[in-house]
Amino acid sequence: MSLIEEPRSRVEVPARPAPPIPYGMLAELTHRCPLQCPYCSNPVELDRRNVELDTETWLRVFSEAAKLGVLQVHLSGGEPTARRDLEQMIRHCVEVGLYTNLITAGVGVTPERLQAISDAGIDHVQLSFQGATAEMTDKVSNFRGAHERKMAVAREVRRLGLPLTVNSVVHRANIHQIPDFIELALALDARRIEIAHSQYYGWALRNRGALMPTRDQVFWALDVVEEARVRLKGVLTIDAVVPDYYAKYPKPCMNGWGRQSLNVTPSGKVLPCHAAETIPSLDFWNVREHSLTDVWLNSPAFNAFRGTDWMPDLCKSCERKEIDWGGCRCQAMAIAGDAAATDPACHLSPLHADLLALAEADAEGSDIYDYRRYFQPDRAG
Amino acid sequence: MTATLAATGVPKLARGVRLRHDEARGQWVLLAPERVLNPDPVAVEILKKVDGARSIDAIVDELASAFTVERTTVATDVDAFLSGLAEKGLIEVTLPVIGDAAS
Repeated sequence: MSLIEEPRSRVEVPARPAPPIPYGMLAELTHRCPLQCPYCSNPVELDRRNVELDTETWLRVFSEAAKLGVLQVHLSGGEPTARRDLEQMIRHCVEVGLYTNLITAGVGVTPERLQAISDAGIDHVQLSFQGATAEMTDKVSNFRGAHERKMAVAREVRRLGLPLTVNSVVHRANIHQIPDFIELALALDARRIEIAHSQYYGWALRNRGALMPTRDQVFWALDVVEEARVRLKGVLTIDAVVPDYYAKYPKPCMNGWGRQSLNVTPSGKVLPCHAAETIPSLDFWNVREHSLTDVWLNSPAFNAFRGTDWMPDLCKSCERKEIDWGGCRCQAMAIAGDAAATDPACHLSPLHADLLALAEADAEGSDIYDYRRYFQPDRAG
Repeated sequence: MTATLAATGVPKLARGVRLRHDEARGQWVLLAPERVLNPDPVAVEILKKVDGARSIDAIVDELASAFTVERTTVATDVDAFLSGLAEKGLIEVTLPVIGDAAS
């Protein structure tokens, strides 16, 4: 079935110590999405529909992922249900032994479609909420009625017996709703909630001044989440993506570059993380020309920041180098202008004070969003 | 010790939880939402019998005879392991219906 033979010899005789085997793959099936969230993790340059990979190529990529050792596939976007062949992809993933996770905005997904997705064998559904109330969700997503549609989808997911995670992205306008997000997750019988502070890449970087919370808001939020974690142990799992502009240590982005996961874009580029395209010096290989194993092992982009050899002395001599993995390369690029610099979120970075000043200034910024827009409405459906 | 779960209960993996052999790493894994768990060899033997058909009693019987271990020891281990999974929502335990209307 595979159109490209896996280069076996390279697997058996690696030129350098064999890299670890990835656990997870984020499959961004499309950039099409009905919502316009200002913190969207997609790049500012969105892929148009006519450059999206076809079904056959995606199926090959999933087969190659399973062979490479990937265990879990996250079917995302944009809005993954915009792909009519989603069920076919899920069935194929199940066949090759991959655990499938659907990450959806839940707008425009009918009960019939959910039934078909469930029948295809989806393992887990993550549903985004832009607010804990209709007013907030509709404002942040710039879609009237989005919240009510999401509520209906959540209930349908649970009626089908599927495990549900509520995904909430928090920022200045809705961070005070964290307790309400948790209550919402409980009311919807979700077993898990992600409380992700907006991360400033792509659209979120463009909207940083409208999204950045104050320092007081952030520390309050951390306390609320910790308290809820203890209180709801065994009832609701709370996973948090922490804000790092006010932090002392950088986030261990992706738990190390090219170490545990990979990301395939709608047009087939393979990235070490979803924001990696913001680093202009990197050359990303495409699944149209390379097998996934070849990309993982041999592409310059995956090897650029793998391990600890690339690190500046400040990181290399640090006892946390295999805890933080030097922080985030994309943030180093965005703030320091050098992807190989120490992440400015680290208190040891010479730019740490600048980052904090940036955050404090942005927290006083205008509340007007530059909404993420996907070209023209797609009438072909 | 007192068992936490009813011995007649029938455990099965919850929807969204899967046990599989991971060829690439040569180990068994339990896959759950955003989690990859590495069960130890004893846990794997128990999990292989969690099929939604066998009762806890039957699982204990089979393991005790397969590994020639004292039944009470096996029962304690199985109960501790499965009640931990039930608490995390990774398995569901259903009790058989008492009495049969047709008989």
